[in-house]
Amino acid sequence: MPAAAGLAAAPAPRRRARRSIGDALTAGGFLLPNLVLSGVFLVLPLILTVVISFQKLDSLGPAQWLGVNNFLDLFRDPTFYETLWNTVVFTVCTVPLGMAVGLGIALLLNTVMPLRTLWRAVIFVPLVLSSVSVGLLGAWMFDQYNGFVNKFLAVLGIDGPDWQSNGTWAMVSVILMTLWQRIGLDMIIYLAGLQGVDPAVLEAAEVDGASSWRRFRSIVFPLLGPSTFFLLIMNLLFSFQVFDTVYAMTAGGPNFSTTTLVVYAYQQGFSDHGPGQLGYAAAIGVVIFAVSLLLTAGQWRLSTTRDEVG
Amino acid sequence: MTTTTASAPPAVAAPATGPAGRPYRRNRFRRLRLVSAVLITAVMAFPLYWMLLTAFSRRDDLYAPGLHLWPQHFTWDNFSAPIERFPVWTWFRNSLVIAVAVTAITVVCNLLAGYAFAKFRFRGKNILFLVLLSTMMIPVQAIMVPQFRIATDLGLYGDLWAVILPESAAVFGIFLARQFFLGIPDELIEAARIDGAGALRVFWSVVLPLAKPLIAVSVLLAFMNEWNSFSWPLIVLFANEQLFTMPLGLVTDLQSQYTSDYGAIMAITLLSVTPILVLFVAFQRYFVQGLARTGLK
Repeated sequence: MPAAAGLAAAPAPRRRARRSIGDALTAGGFLLPNLVLSGVFLVLPLILTVVISFQKLDSLGPAQWLGVNNFLDLFRDPTFYETLWNTVVFTVCTVPLGMAVGLGIALLLNTVMPLRTLWRAVIFVPLVLSSVSVGLLGAWMFDQYNGFVNKFLAVLGIDGPDWQSNGTWAMVSVILMTLWQRIGLDMIIYLAGLQGVDPAVLEAAEVDGASSWRRFRSIVFPLLGPSTFFLLIMNLLFSFQVFDTVYAMTAGGPNFSTTTLVVYAYQQGFSDHGPGQLGYAAAIGVVIFAVSLLLTAGQWRLSTTRDEVG
Repeated sequence: MTTTTASAPPAVAAPATGPAGRPYRRNRFRRLRLVSAVLITAVMAFPLYWMLLTAFSRRDDLYAPGLHLWPQHFTWDNFSAPIERFPVWTWFRNSLVIAVAVTAITVVCNLLAGYAFAKFRFRGKNILFLVLLSTMMIPVQAIMVPQFRIATDLGLYGDLWAVILPESAAVFGIFLARQFFLGIPDELIEAARIDGAGALRVFWSVVLPLAKPLIAVSVLLAFMNEWNSFSWPLIVLFANEQLFTMPLGLVTDLQSQYTSDYGAIMAITLLSVTPILVLFVAFQRYFVQGLARTGLK
């Protein structure tokens, strides 16, 4: 990175060596506050989580070394598989659907129309709300007796489903509220990506007789590749780690039918009805971390490509 | 990556140049597109309208059979009843104190760190950057057990600092800051250095004045993120109602004790989202920019 060309000519070798040591020291100073905070509250807990996952630790009493027993228990725990399955279902339903709808809306709102920025802003609003308020609003709108959704369905002559007592429908309602909140993000990232699509190329393709679907498939969508990749990684992480919306909307119920892996970890460790199994919760934490790391590897690749772009 | 500014329309919307008769079809498509945009927007806005409507509706109207899309009888009761029963304003103040403190700490830390990553050369820079970025991907539930212990050992338990310090370890702002500072020419910094200014002085009086948009985006994002935060406060503040934040009070107190009074729940929820909505309306451009860049939910 031979920057600083022009004005400041290359300094003499010895001065440069001294400079780079000085640079490193100053950089350390600039980084220190951040490193202290993230070291104490992120990296250290991460290491300790792995340690605790090999212990029997509950809210009372000292820790006991267990070896891999927490993990053996975990892999024999049917609820673990149920919550893992729920997480997969939730992720598989929210991510592609949200991205597809977001892309559709972005394409629509990228065309010239009156009040375009207003439509965009309104669709974006749910994203800035807390997931807790989205969950509470969802619990009310999908209330099976007095909620808007079933009252609306009744007007249409449809007997609405039991959103609270039927596990499948409860999952559907959480997915719908999550989509409501997240579509704005998908839209905005795709809108940004669409700025990179050269209208002249599209015009040329149109002159050559390419249909609008063909133009989308062969020109627009490939050019949106980086946006799609970015959204895919972010959405996978968000969905895999969903907590607030679920906790506020269904608290994981009925039974375990909307309990995701992250919610299960919380219940095992801290819920006041739960058993307070901190070691076991830490073991689930390790699994969550392992999966997140896999997704993060994608993010790493992404951040390098993004730097090249921007 | 700004997207709110008017953009060059793609050819799809360009004036028709095709065979005769097409302009008419184009026009019809244009109207169809507008209608779909309005419909989508209406669907997306409706849940918020429903929250508003519920918050100001009387209980008997909410729980009466039949669908009413507009208020039957206006009332403030949904606000006053829970406010009388729960320390709602204390929650509001706690949320505000925590969000302001976390915002101040994270923004300062992240600006400094982002600058170091953008403008200094040192060994292990890229690795360190990736490690910091990847801590962003760890959900609090994965590390909550030791995090809780560390907070307790540091004597933070039972205090708002138990939320403020751990949540200040957020690093998403580093990415934004680094990206921005990379765009500031090295010559500018070099010139100030030759004039004898120290690194901190250069940062403070040369670089920061240029970084106002970055600061605005970082502050808004950090504030929004913390104002909406729920998981960690739930874990660490759970025992003490007086320390609750707005989301925590909503879920732990209002929802569990008023399970069937959604008028009250929606009213206090409305109260809790109002500050962010006001900020969004005032600074929409910054929100969109920041969220689009960090992909932060």
